[in-house]
Order: sequence, then C-alpha cells, then structure tokens
Amino acid sequence: MLGIFGPRAEPAAGALIALGGLPRLRWVWGAAGFASLLIAAAVGALVGPVHIGLGTVFAALLSHVPWLGSSVSGVDPGQATILWSLRFPRVVLGALVGGMLATAGAAYQGVFRNPLADPYLLGAAAGANLGATLAIAFAPGGSFIGVNLVPLAAFAGAGAAVAGAFALGRTVTGLRTATGLILAGVAVAAFFNAIQTYVQQSQTNSLRQVYSWILGRLVTAGWDGVLLVLPYVALSLVVIYVHRRLLDALSVGEDEVVTLGVSVRRVRLIVVIAATLGTAAVVAVAGTIAFVGIIVPHTIRLLAGRSYRVVVPLSMLFGAAFIVLADTAARTVVSPGELPIGVITAFVGAPFFIAVMRSTRVAAL
Amino acid sequence: MRAHHLLVAGVLFLASCGGSASPPPATQSAHFPVTLVGSTGVSVTITKQPHRIVSLSPTATEMLFAIGAGPQVVAVDDQSNFPASAPHTKLSGFQPNIEAIAAYAPDLVVAADDIGGLVHGLQAVNIPILIEGPAKTIDDSYRQMVQLGTATGQGAGADSVVAKERSDVAAIVATLAKPTRALKIYHELDSTYYTATSATFIGQVYKVLGLSNIADAATGAAPDYPQLSAEYIVSSNPDLIVLADTNCCRQDRGTVAARPGWSVIAAVKSGEVINVDDDVASRWGPRMIDFLRVVAPHVRDIEKQAA
Repeated sequence: MLGIFGPRAEPAAGALIALGGLPRLRWVWGAAGFASLLIAAAVGALVGPVHIGLGTVFAALLSHVPWLGSSVSGVDPGQATILWSLRFPRVVLGALVGGMLATAGAAYQGVFRNPLADPYLLGAAAGANLGATLAIAFAPGGSFIGVNLVPLAAFAGAGAAVAGAFALGRTVTGLRTATGLILAGVAVAAFFNAIQTYVQQSQTNSLRQVYSWILGRLVTAGWDGVLLVLPYVALSLVVIYVHRRLLDALSVGEDEVVTLGVSVRRVRLIVVIAATLGTAAVVAVAGTIAFVGIIVPHTIRLLAGRSYRVVVPLSMLFGAAFIVLADTAARTVVSPGELPIGVITAFVGAPFFIAVMRSTRVAAL
Repeated sequence: MRAHHLLVAGVLFLASCGGSASPPPATQSAHFPVTLVGSTGVSVTITKQPHRIVSLSPTATEMLFAIGAGPQVVAVDDQSNFPASAPHTKLSGFQPNIEAIAAYAPDLVVAADDIGGLVHGLQAVNIPILIEGPAKTIDDSYRQMVQLGTATGQGAGADSVVAKERSDVAAIVATLAKPTRALKIYHELDSTYYTATSATFIGQVYKVLGLSNIADAATGAAPDYPQLSAEYIVSSNPDLIVLADTNCCRQDRGTVAARPGWSVIAAVKSGEVINVDDDVASRWGPRMIDFLRVVAPHVRDIEKQAA
C-alpha cells in the first residue's frame, strides 16, 4: 500500500479484491481506543502541579452537570477554579487537538498516498504562523467582534496557504497528480516561512510573543479556546470519517476510484479541505505540534490494520489520548514549570514508534 | 504612557552627567592601555582612550551614557532606545554584521553576547570588543559599570553612579516595613507565563525588596526563565503581579483579570497588578532604580493592608 506518488496500473478487479481483503475495524480495537481516551482524560484531570484529591475532582466535575450540580457541595472554591477553569479545558482541548491532528495526518497520507504526509504538508502551519505573526506585530492586542485577533489571523493564514497551494497546483499540473499539489504546498510553505521570518526578525518588540506562539501552547487553554475549535474539528472529523472507504479506494490507486464512479479530484478536494479546516483551527489555538499526525496513524496501521475504516476512527481516539497524556507530562515532569509539548511527543513518540516498527516488520508499510 | 516617566528619568540623567561633555582630563588617559576580561572570559586590550565606541547592547548603552561616556559613543544598536540622545542606528546586536560595525571605524565595541562570531570577526579586523553579558546580581551590574568606566576612561563617573545607586537602593529599602510574612511575587515575561527566578538580575531586585518569588519552585524546568503552569500560578496566589509584557504582548490589569481562573488570585482581587516597561524590567543597568521606585510603593501598600 501507499505506493509513493503517481497512479498504479493495477486492474480494477484486483483493486476491488484488495479492498475487500482489508480488515474492518474490530470491536476490540474500538473498545481499546475509547478506553485509552477515557483513561488519558482521567489521568489528565487527576494529575497536575497542584495536588487535588480524587473526590474533589469528581465533585468539581459533577457540580457542572445540569440538575445534579446543585446537590454537590463542599468543594474548595480555589481548587474548583483550578479544575474547572484551567485543568478540564486543557484536557478537552488536548483531546480535540490530538484527535484532529492524527486524523488529518491519516487523511493526508491517504489522499496523497505518501507515508510522510502530515497535516502541515500543504502549508497550514506556515500560513498560520504568518497570520499570527502579522497580527502580533502589526495589530497587537487587536480583536474582531470580541474575539482575540491572533487565532483568527492564524486560521485565515492557514486557509490562505492551502488555497494558494491548490491554485498553484492547478495551474502547474491541473491537479492531475498528487505530486504536483504536494510540491506546490512545499513551495507555498517555504514562501510563507520566508515572509514570517522576515517580519519576526524586523519587529523585535513582538519577537518574544511570536516565538512562544509558534512553539505551541496548551498552557493558556481555556473553555473559550475549546469553543473556538470545536465546530471546525467536529465538522472536519465527520467529513473525514464519512470518506474513510473512499480513502481505502484511493490508497489502492486513483484509477480504482474512477472505476467506483467517483471523481478523484472531488474526493481529494473534499478530504483535504476538511482536514485543512480542522488543522487550521487547531493550529490557531494550540500552535504546531509536530509528529502526532505521522506516528499515530502509522502505529495504528502497524498494529490494528491499514484500512482507513480502521485508521480513521482509531486515529481520532488514540491521537486524542496521546496528546492528553503528553500534555499531562508537559505540565508535571518539571512541575510547576512547563515543558514544550513537542518535546514530549517526539521524545516518547519516536522510540515508541521505532519499537512498533521493529516488532511488526517495516514490510507492512 | 511611560513618556512622562522616561522624560523625568532623562532629565535626571542629563543632570547627573552634565559635567562630562567637556573632554576627559588628561590624567585619565594615563590609565591606558588597559586589559580587561569580559563576561565570556575573553580579554581585550584597549591601547588608548576610545572615542568611537559602538554599543550593541541596550544595557551597555544606558550604562555608558550614565557614567558620562556618552559623547564617546558613535553608534548604538537598533534595540538601544534609551537615552533618546544616543546615536541610534540600524546595527543589530542579535544578528551582528561585522562589515556594518567596522564601517563606523570603532575603537571599542561593547556587546551583551558573542553571537554569530562577533568576537572572532572583530578581532580579525583588530577592533577591541568587550562583552558585558546579562548580570546575575546587582553587584554584577555595578561591576560592569565600573569596568565600562575603566574601558572608556570614565572611572570617576562610574564610581559616582554606582555610589549613588547604592544609596538610592538603600533609601528605597528603608521605606519598607519589615513584613510579617514574605509577600509573594509573580513576574510575567510574556502571556504564556514565562517568568524569572531569583537566579536572574530582576529576581535579585525583588529579593532586595524582600519579596518571595513563586518562580523559584520551578528551577527544575529552567534555572533562570522557566515557564509556569497556570494552575500553579493560581494556586500559589501571589500578592503582587508585575507585568513585564506590556509592550510585547499588551497585557494589563484587565487582560490578566479576564484570564480563566485568575480572578481568585490575591493580587488580581486587590488590584496589585503593575504594568512596567518591558525594557526597563529586562535590562540590568542604572534604570533599575526607576523600576524599584515603581514597584516599592505597591509593596508598601500590600504590607500596610496585611498589617
């Protein structure tokens, strides 16, 4: 699978046989995915630089359940604030970010039939960074209809970069091949990075804020961030989930999708737009967290099966669990200090991924 | 907002170095040549009193003008925004360009860091370079000022500025009551909760005021400038919050109070959230006194309320 670039000249019948041969999602794996997300969320809610007992955590959670909440009493208001305003939204946002990045990575890998594709491939991160840098440097403290301008600018930048990649890819290659689009994305990302670096270096007053923005932060997460990304992430995940079978067909070969009576270009466009929308929203509030979009889907392929009917739903669950746990580590390992979450995802994720590859034989890729 | 404050400081400044406009007495030239060792351990020999100084460090610029070496300075870097009378240029201390620096034909270059092969590059063209890196203590800052005095032939000026600073610090500290408990301070460097521990210059300044720094618990993350968890900041309940991210990140009392969960913090409740100039708070030069004068009255108020 995942023949790198270009159409593969296999007969349609063979492709359909190959499709039928891909294993479906087994309930054990689905259950394991839900369980790991639940456990990760529980750990994330219970562990932090401030020690708060199990009973208090439950009480704080219950007190926000409609009708039930009024019956809960005796929670220390200081601890309740820490849990409800700071720790819970961080867990929820981490889950949304992780599930989105892993699923978007899986979708990109399927659409482009490239195992190295990640959610930032078409310039989403470069665009978001440029948008945020411009907002921080030239409109500091600005807001638009009451919402902080920086995530909005980041979101617009990500959209502009990917749209630019599409426009460029169309004029150069007519979008006939995925390769043309990838190369257009690489060029756009490099161009946006160049402008971003120039603005960043020439506006030294805002340099510090730009740096900490780009490094990524679940550090300042609140419910407002959760609400900001939730609609985009939900829409994006639903669209990718609905297209999981077509991703299977695409992974075998573009000709096969045509045989199924579906336009390759349309599938690619819809899935890429959906994945980009979700990625842009996530980058806008949490910055770029590298590596998740690559190792989570590949680990699932190696362990649970390579069909997108397996990879897409499990990427949502395990990706969410992975980032929630990584973020818990980020705020506890050097507590009460913070470690950048990217350090944790790469430091733990890379060796784990290599161990999985060794034990399952790379040939499976 | 800070213009008035800066103006006052500037006037004081000019008054304090009024005598230095005339050429330095010949006796001071007798000190040359001098050999000095900068912060990075590189020694430099200055053969005669420099009259074409280039400063690539905003703090060094402030020190040079404070000790009366201002007239000897021909160029300062793009971050040196104080004093206003300094010869501002587009030279960068972050990405130093040896050619651009050499074009000023300097007889002494002062910088805060040996970035991008600065020392090696200037040595190759026989330009003396003195590195005065970030001070870790107030005494370090005084030592740098004295060293700059020696390097520029303004030893007497440096000595008197240091003496004045010492007495100013003592006078400010004397206005503070002995608190019944150590008041807790959170010093904010940016809006993602980077802060400074007592191992930094600014941390030492807080120590002089008798404050207890909540960042000191996080030295495992980074000994100097760790990033703190929001929940730790909220739970440690600082009495005083100093925002050194008013220029970079537009933070103020209102934006801090609006952060999720921060309204329960003592400093937010009592309004003891102070805006300071990012630059003044991040440099280790003579404007430390201005900073102390801004913060000390708040410490006094909190102590009064606590009593």
